[in-house]
Amino acid sequence: MITAERKPFAEIKASIAPYKRILVVGCGTCVAECAAGGEKEVALLASQLRLDADHEGRTVDIKEITLDRQCVYEFIDQLFPLVDEYDAILSLGCGAGVQAVAEVLPKIHIVPALNTTGISETREQGVWLEDCRGCGDCKLDLFADVCPITRCAKGLFNGPCGGSKGGHCEVDPDAPCAWHLIVTRLEETGRLKSMDEIQPPANWARAQGKGPRKCVREDQKTS
Amino acid sequence: MIESRLKRILTDGQFAVTAECGPPKGADPEVIRRKGNLLKSYVDSINVTDNQTGVVRLSSLAACVILRQEGLDPVLQMVTRDRNRIALQSDVLGASALGIRNILCLSGDHQSLGNQQEAKGVFDIDSMQLIQTVRRMRDKGIILGGDQLSSMPDLFVGAVENPFGDPQSYRVARLAKKVGAGAEFIQTQSIYNVARFREFMTEARDRGLDKKVFILGGVTPLKSARMAEYMRDKVAGMDVPEEIITRMKAAPAKEQRSEGIRIAVETIQALRQMEGVRGVHIMAIEWEEAVPELVEKAGLLPRPAI
Repeated sequence: MITAERKPFAEIKASIAPYKRILVVGCGTCVAECAAGGEKEVALLASQLRLDADHEGRTVDIKEITLDRQCVYEFIDQLFPLVDEYDAILSLGCGAGVQAVAEVLPKIHIVPALNTTGISETREQGVWLEDCRGCGDCKLDLFADVCPITRCAKGLFNGPCGGSKGGHCEVDPDAPCAWHLIVTRLEETGRLKSMDEIQPPANWARAQGKGPRKCVREDQKTS
Repeated sequence: MIESRLKRILTDGQFAVTAECGPPKGADPEVIRRKGNLLKSYVDSINVTDNQTGVVRLSSLAACVILRQEGLDPVLQMVTRDRNRIALQSDVLGASALGIRNILCLSGDHQSLGNQQEAKGVFDIDSMQLIQTVRRMRDKGIILGGDQLSSMPDLFVGAVENPFGDPQSYRVARLAKKVGAGAEFIQTQSIYNVARFREFMTEARDRGLDKKVFILGGVTPLKSARMAEYMRDKVAGMDVPEEIITRMKAAPAKEQRSEGIRIAVETIQALRQMEGVRGVHIMAIEWEEAVPELVEKAGLLPRPAI
């Protein structure tokens, strides 16, 4: 899923300071799963904003709504009847959600309330680990299913650097060395020999070389 | 025609001595000249670090050119952290055009460890791919993507290896991979655990690697017991045995530098006896003045004339 974290309250408060009527919009998919932008988090942020305004003797009109998916136009359409009554939308969607809402509603200021952090797996309750950078050229099978682009701090393709100690990364001693995991897994499955081959440089053109990537599926189009 | 002194020494079968020189955190060329002249006649070639530990310093290429002007044989250290493949290949050509004849390919210390922690780490290619790229440029005149150069760079290509990094079982395989990529000489991480390095060399010899690449053992003289502990505890991939710490601690504060030199001399002597070790690489971190004494005490003088 896409993971995100809520911005600090002070930053959110500063970015919506000019506005009195604010529509707080959550997303019920990825960011709800990682407890950053779902219905609960929307309610919490809205309450915080109301309390803060009360405390400072300001009047604000804050409405909450959580869309099933903030990155799909059909769901964003639910905002049409509401939008004229508000000065700004505070979006608890990921970067795609914020931009999709802005695309549908170009006349209102959309303020992001989250920092999108990546594509992650749920490691344990409350812990999400980034493990994909969406490079567009998946080679996980070569790396024992540990992505070196994402999980090695240097994104190395051809083995560990000299800074791996006790299976940990020198950059973040709490993080496992991705190459330690790769080498160990290849060894355990009798595939270590495959590492003798020098992996050529990545084709970053598939990631970002020509600007934003667009997936087009003719068979999925309606017209 | 300029040639690599390091390559000449090694191919002549002489025991090579290289030293590391860190450029200043400023624009004064005199600092480089002073360091260079201090090392002249004590070492064969001088490595210039490339923004080591992610700290901004005078550029490695510029410092190499200054050393070249002083009649020294510089080894250009080039990391993949800061430049993409366009810039790296361009600098390889530029270095050769400026008379640099040795290059050491590294990935580089991660930017989060230095003084530009908010920098974007480039890592477009890794050190293995850089070695291979420079070799193809030199030997075939081909750059990444397949285009042909109008003339080829002339560089002796090196790489680093840390015999003490983890995973342990993979270190010699990694050395072999670098040799396969085209490394012609190897400079190792600082050696304090001689016994463990000996095992590394045995395994390297078993794979015939000593016949395929010139291995220079890394030596860093310790300035103090505190430095020894710092190296053990804070520098990942460094193996400083208890015995070394004890020796450094046993020396009175004023004597610790001499004890550090003594340990380094003993390490060099042990390395000279090891089959397949073809030289030493002295990394006297911000202590270049120690190099002449160390080289002299280790019996490596005079350096051969070529």
